[in-house]
Amino acid sequence: MTRPVLEARGLVKRYGRVTALDHCDFDLMPGEILAVIGDNGAGKSTLIKALSGAVQPNGGEILLDGKPVQFASPNDARAHGIETVYQTLAMSPALSIADNMFMGREIRQSGVMGRVFRRLDRRAMEEFSRAKLAELGLMTIQNIHQTVETLSGGQRQGVAVARAAAFGSRVVILDEPTAALGVKESRRVLDLIQEVRSRGIPIILISHNMPHVFEVADRVHVHRLGKRLCVINPKEHSMADAVSYMTGASVPDNVAEPA
Amino acid sequence: MASADHYEDVVKSRGDEKFAEFEPSKKGLWGHFHDALHSTPALVPLIVLVAALIVFGIVLGGRFFSPFALTLILQQVQIVGVLAAAQALIILTAGIDLSVGALAVLCSVIMGQLTFRYGVPAVAAVPLGLACGTAIGAVNGWLVSRIKLPPFIVTLGMWQIVLAVNYLYSHNETIRAQEIEAQAPFLQLMGMKFNVGGAVFTLGVVAMLAVVLVLTYVLKSTAWGRHVYAVGDDPEAAQLAGVNRHRTLMSVYMLVGFICGIAGWVMIGRFGSVSPSATTGVIGNIQSITAVVIGGISLFGGRGSILGAFFGALIVGVFELGLRMSGADPQWTYLLIGVLIITAVTVDQWIRKVTQ
Repeated sequence: MTRPVLEARGLVKRYGRVTALDHCDFDLMPGEILAVIGDNGAGKSTLIKALSGAVQPNGGEILLDGKPVQFASPNDARAHGIETVYQTLAMSPALSIADNMFMGREIRQSGVMGRVFRRLDRRAMEEFSRAKLAELGLMTIQNIHQTVETLSGGQRQGVAVARAAAFGSRVVILDEPTAALGVKESRRVLDLIQEVRSRGIPIILISHNMPHVFEVADRVHVHRLGKRLCVINPKEHSMADAVSYMTGASVPDNVAEPA
Repeated sequence: MASADHYEDVVKSRGDEKFAEFEPSKKGLWGHFHDALHSTPALVPLIVLVAALIVFGIVLGGRFFSPFALTLILQQVQIVGVLAAAQALIILTAGIDLSVGALAVLCSVIMGQLTFRYGVPAVAAVPLGLACGTAIGAVNGWLVSRIKLPPFIVTLGMWQIVLAVNYLYSHNETIRAQEIEAQAPFLQLMGMKFNVGGAVFTLGVVAMLAVVLVLTYVLKSTAWGRHVYAVGDDPEAAQLAGVNRHRTLMSVYMLVGFICGIAGWVMIGRFGSVSPSATTGVIGNIQSITAVVIGGISLFGGRGSILGAFFGALIVGVFELGLRMSGADPQWTYLLIGVLIITAVTVDQWIRKVTQ
């Protein structure tokens, strides 16, 4: 059996008297798209935040390639090759595509200009951005200097996915990537997700959109009441099954409903 | 897929349909002009500045267009110019600093008092004054970034505090120009004049130009500059994207304090004396905000350039000198500047529209 790329064992996170994560387990296998679904308040965003370093769990451990890791901040997780596309996209509208791709990890010029005058290597960053966008089939972007605010919702999502794919060497986490998009734009983003997967990077996809989840996911992690209820194979279960599991209307065969 | 609804298949089968193409839409000359303004916001104040120069040049003739008169404008705006550069930095982070003028006066007073009351050599008193400015800037920055108070409130309070400290500490005594000249000429260094073909420059003017140029470079070409814009644009997004919001804000406020210190030193050069009741302490903030707004920097942060603020300061200077030379009532200057502020923001709103 292959070892998970990213796993969590017995994660606990409490906000005051509310337990958002209750000894939660999580496994992400190499090269797969794992969807995480769950009702609102089930704790899936806390789980994702713990995995991406935005939240520090009170207990349990996170293992990356079998080795325990601790993320004090999103930058820590990023340093380990875990990239997250947030639902808000985390982009600065007034800055260019290249500026946004490299935000927080800019490339400086070599030599005196870079070391003493801290001059950015614009050309290198622009070429890299262009190459990454082209890889994901977003070559239609003609002007890399374009500010992000001039892009449509789908294009912005595309740039955000490209940023994550470019730097996420281990894991890419996508939080509701299609929630704000139209049907056609969603389609394009789903293609992008599969494109990223085809390059061997495993993806965690958080989504409320069952058709999208069932279309692209290899496995579906159903989150309920702060922990993993079950992991189902989308080919063996229907969407109705998944929804009834996550709402508690029915219980999967091999699981005893807690509480 | 287990379920039978394939309602998105239509889109899938037409997958080659165009999506997210970035073809530039056709636009006329006007559209291109709009685009240019959108990508280079400092263009608007530059156009206004050139227009103002031409109009006053036509009306006043060679009297106005002499090297002497034009460099006089530079000398008159040197203090406001330095303060406007500082103010622009803060406004880029979506803040506002009401304490810049008072801080400049306090720094000049500290430099003077250190020299004359404690006998600190002027060469050391100036850096100490600059350090005080930086320290007060750090307090502002800490209150804004850590305690999360609105910059307006923090600096409104700091403005009053700094002004009061300034009077209390100096006992409201002015250090006269002759004394400084005799005992500590280094304090007046920024007032040193040199002549280039009839054009009179002071070191203060050079300092202003240096501050503007260095900030322009840093904001445009370094990671720190990009972070300043990103934090001003959307602090949450910048943070998630990996920018250290706190460190960026702290560095901005500290740098602004330092630049206010430079403005204080420039003030000593300009006036010769050190006066705690210099008007800059009371109106410096409004003057700098005026220059910044006319310079096309958005008060909501993240948009605009230091050069714009510099042009804004120059526009005010051109109006002041031009109207004075043409013998108009000085109130006309204020009236026109008022009109200019409102026009500038209106134009800014239009430019900000991505599509027309």
